[in-house]
Amino acid sequence: MITFDAVTKRYPDGTVAVDRLSLEAPTGEITVLVGPSGCGKTTSLRMINRMIDASEGRILLDGEPVQGIDPPTLRRGIGYVIQQAGLFPHRKIVDNIATVPYLLGWDKKKARVRAMELLERVGLDPALAGRYPFQLSGGQQQRVGVARALAADPPVLLMDEPFSAVDPIVRTSLQDELLRLQAELNKTIVFVTHDIDEAIKLGDRVAVLRVGGTLAQVADPKTLLSEPADDFVREFLGHDRGIRRLQFVSTEGLRLRTDLTVEEGAERGTSESWQLVVDAEGRPLGWASGARPGELEPYGTFVPGRDSMRSALDAALLSPSGCAVAVDEQGKVVGVATREALDQALAEAADG
Amino acid sequence: MGWLSAFFSWLGEFFGSPENWSGPGGIPMRLLEHLEFSALALVLAALIAVPLGLVIGHTGRGEVIVVVSANLARALPTLGLLVMFVLLLGAASIWPVIIPLVLLSVPPILVNTYEGIKGVDPELRDAAYGMGLRGGQVLLRVLVPVALPLILLGCRLSAIQVVATTTVAAYTGLGGLGRYVIDGFATKDYASVVGGSVLIVLFALVVQILFTLAQRVTVSPGVSQRLKVR
Amino acid sequence: MGDGPPSIWEWIARNWDTGRVDSIRNLLTDHLTMSLVPIMLALVVALPLGLACVRWRWLYQPTSGFMNVVYALPSLPVFMLLISVTGLSQTTVIIPLTFYGMAVLIPAVVDGLGSVPDHVRQSAVAMGFTPLRRLLQVELPIAVPVVLAGLRVVAVSSISLVSVGALIGQGGLGGLFTRAYQNPFMPPVIVGIVLIVALALVADGLLVLAQRLLTPWVRVRKGQGS
Repeated sequence: MITFDAVTKRYPDGTVAVDRLSLEAPTGEITVLVGPSGCGKTTSLRMINRMIDASEGRILLDGEPVQGIDPPTLRRGIGYVIQQAGLFPHRKIVDNIATVPYLLGWDKKKARVRAMELLERVGLDPALAGRYPFQLSGGQQQRVGVARALAADPPVLLMDEPFSAVDPIVRTSLQDELLRLQAELNKTIVFVTHDIDEAIKLGDRVAVLRVGGTLAQVADPKTLLSEPADDFVREFLGHDRGIRRLQFVSTEGLRLRTDLTVEEGAERGTSESWQLVVDAEGRPLGWASGARPGELEPYGTFVPGRDSMRSALDAALLSPSGCAVAVDEQGKVVGVATREALDQALAEAADG
Repeated sequence: MGWLSAFFSWLGEFFGSPENWSGPGGIPMRLLEHLEFSALALVLAALIAVPLGLVIGHTGRGEVIVVVSANLARALPTLGLLVMFVLLLGAASIWPVIIPLVLLSVPPILVNTYEGIKGVDPELRDAAYGMGLRGGQVLLRVLVPVALPLILLGCRLSAIQVVATTTVAAYTGLGGLGRYVIDGFATKDYASVVGGSVLIVLFALVVQILFTLAQRVTVSPGVSQRLKVR
Repeated sequence: MGDGPPSIWEWIARNWDTGRVDSIRNLLTDHLTMSLVPIMLALVVALPLGLACVRWRWLYQPTSGFMNVVYALPSLPVFMLLISVTGLSQTTVIIPLTFYGMAVLIPAVVDGLGSVPDHVRQSAVAMGFTPLRRLLQVELPIAVPVVLAGLRVVAVSSISLVSVGALIGQGGLGGLFTRAYQNPFMPPVIVGIVLIVALALVADGLLVLAQRLLTPWVRVRKGQGS
């Protein structure tokens, strides 16, 4: 666990970058520091590995004050990922990843084996090992940056806006990759971003900082969205808080009806205004309505339990029927969430 | 085109005469002297300029030295400096001549080493410290390899300069290929002047080529980006 | 004059304007001619050549390769080789200095035009500038600082390099060095070095001034930054 205990950073010219910050980043979780530029989020991060030294207060790493540890030694035990990846241009990818193991005096062969293992772990082709950084795309370089930070298997990972220099599609895949890695590795991660959506997607806990380096609120993403502490946080969270909060509401308990599906070509009942037509394998084909016989209308799907209420609602809005089609992982229909069922779930979500 | 045929007949005379190929005044000896003086001055200059440039670039302290020396070296007339040192120190040894040679060769190496180190992407420096490299390791393992093209450029510019200055230094009594030019001009022996000049020009070009090759060999392909992006 | 060697000031006074070709005043004039002419010539030739290299990219590689070679040639042997063509005249010094200047200025022109941000160029195109107007009103002004930085290097080194010409009797103030060496005597050396460095500083200062006048926006930006 990383603990900020009333930490202040004041520069010689008098500017205060971080003001009496107290915060905990629990072991095995992703803590995101988010805020506008000038809120001291990067400064706070860099004080953990002593790239910057705190003026007042203490930062504890599992109870031990970092100020008492020799900076290079401290840093070798903490993974560090920065925006442009900061790969060494004169070294091949494999040697870039093995930087810290080399520093720690590992046997060269062992360090390289470890580097190759990590290359695959972050989803890169091992054939890239012999290349130089300039031969890789921005997204690939960023993956190498993550691999390099993980090389000596440090328990703590500091990430300073690591994904903000890549295009949105690559960013999304890097974010997904990080969550997948974290599920396997359970590192203590402190992640800095100015992008609130990224914070909400990645964070187990999100700390919102305001300009001047004070903590506005720290909470899990769902709480943050539903109960922003003040106007600053509310404004920073932006529009659609209600809708966005639904991504943290499970579809586990959503009531599904199984009596609305009808196989293609089979006789359709007339009691319901909408019926879902499925193929022989149970995959959805479209909605049929009594008003327009012979026509199939569009549908939307979600996987109950895995997808959030936001996805379910989205699926419902995609269809004129107003119902969301629940499918299993293989895409077979398991039921239909009607408007009434969604209504009820939304009402429960609004209550907390 | 009378001068062209004269040029070639002088060349023939110079390179064809057997006494130009042996003894203390022979081409091999003069070539060796030129190489010796140039290399001595260059090595001494590099020994001063590279560490100084590394330290100033890395710490950001003493940047004034770099700026002043760069401007001064360009503005100071070579010949004047040589004459001044010889008049001050006498001509008993080669040192009164070697000292100004070294002084004039320091700035190109100093400036380029400094610029090279200073110009390294701050993100890279940051990453290196963040990985846990110590100051000296950051300098030697990251900054120097990345700045190497500029450091070597500085050495090449200095080498070009030192070869030229060694030639001029023949006027103040130093040996080397410049002797042919200076003595030939004084005695109106144009075969020596032309032959010597051609030798010096060739010497300078060989030095230029050698330094370019050295750069090819020592700079990481990841820095020079000479590999194709695949 | 039985009372010892003259002081440096006496020496200057006695040699300033003797009416002979080697008076300090005449040497100074010669020096200015032999350094300013190559600086101007180099600029006049390098501008169109640099533009051509930007317009036709394939030209740049061979041109810069050739200029690299030219730059590596030591001045004294080049002077000596030129004597057989141009004689013991100022031209023999001026021609090589012009080429050295071009070797610095052509890359400066190319880099200067390369320093024009692409979005600026694009927006000039989009606003309907013709290529010539775009060059004159947008690209060249933006390239000025880089070109002038090159010109400063050329000016200072040309002024000091002229003195080597003294070894073929055409060195302007460099003549003071050969005179001092032949008749061992320090004052001419000091005077020569001081005058040459002073000339170089003046030329450099004038170019800095020119840059401020030509590109007021550069200074404003710097002021805001600090």
